[in-house]
Amino acid sequence: MRDLSAARQGPYVAASPLVRPLPPMTRLLLRGGSDTLAAALAALGLPFTEAACRAVSESGRSALWLGPDERLLLAPQRQLIELTQLLREALGGRAHSLVDVTHRQCALEVRGPQAEVLLNCGCPLDLDPGAFPVGMCTRTVLAKAEVVLWRTAEHSFHLEVWRSFAAYLSKILALAARELTP
Amino acid sequence: MLLISCPYCGERPELEFVHGGQAHIARPGDPSACSDQQWADYLYRRDNIKGVHAERWRHTHGCGRFFNALRDTTSDHFLATYKVGEPPPAQAQAQAQLRKATT
Repeated sequence: MRDLSAARQGPYVAASPLVRPLPPMTRLLLRGGSDTLAAALAALGLPFTEAACRAVSESGRSALWLGPDERLLLAPQRQLIELTQLLREALGGRAHSLVDVTHRQCALEVRGPQAEVLLNCGCPLDLDPGAFPVGMCTRTVLAKAEVVLWRTAEHSFHLEVWRSFAAYLSKILALAARELTP
Repeated sequence: MLLISCPYCGERPELEFVHGGQAHIARPGDPSACSDQQWADYLYRRDNIKGVHAERWRHTHGCGRFFNALRDTTSDHFLATYKVGEPPPAQAQAQAQLRKATT
């Protein structure tokens, strides 16, 4: 029997005071028209907004705007079954696409007064709080890898990274962080 | 870095975008009624404009949407971007004509 213990290990995250891995969570990718999205978010107890690049959060659950018809739903790890049941009831008969991407991605947190500078090492977006306020989220590129970037506080970013990029990205961030930390 | 204005997300670096070829090409309604030449023209023949060109772009590493853009192929200057289904903005067209007249 093959030894699969290596495959069971989480993606490697290099140690850095500015970057830390976040605990596993439930991730669902929902696509559909405005009324479908509104019904889904209402079922999850989240407010619906059509504002571009904005995330909404309520009691541990979040919906991140990824496109006009696309939301990334984040919730605590144990809520996967509860969430899919709620959505099945709310979306029965409505055209939609719901994909469980829980294990496709993992989350990193970039935190600290220099978080923006660190992310700008690989991400050309303007991360000034005026241009990228708290609550803004977007899909973008970080050192050529696609990520979802979400500003959860003035000096804290939530990063959704595809698993296969996680080791690469966390190493790049750790390397860049060496320039910033004393 | 070149900034491209996505009609949904606003100004973003060009890294996030992918070029999608010439815009406003309608697929023939009844392909089986087309002659081979008409079908080949629809599939393969594209304008090769020196100047303002209407193009499709996709915000691949962003909202994922296709949109249309008027771009000057000589200067890489984006005159306007607009959503799919919308006509090219008149103001940008006027600007384009003005540029043509002055050059």
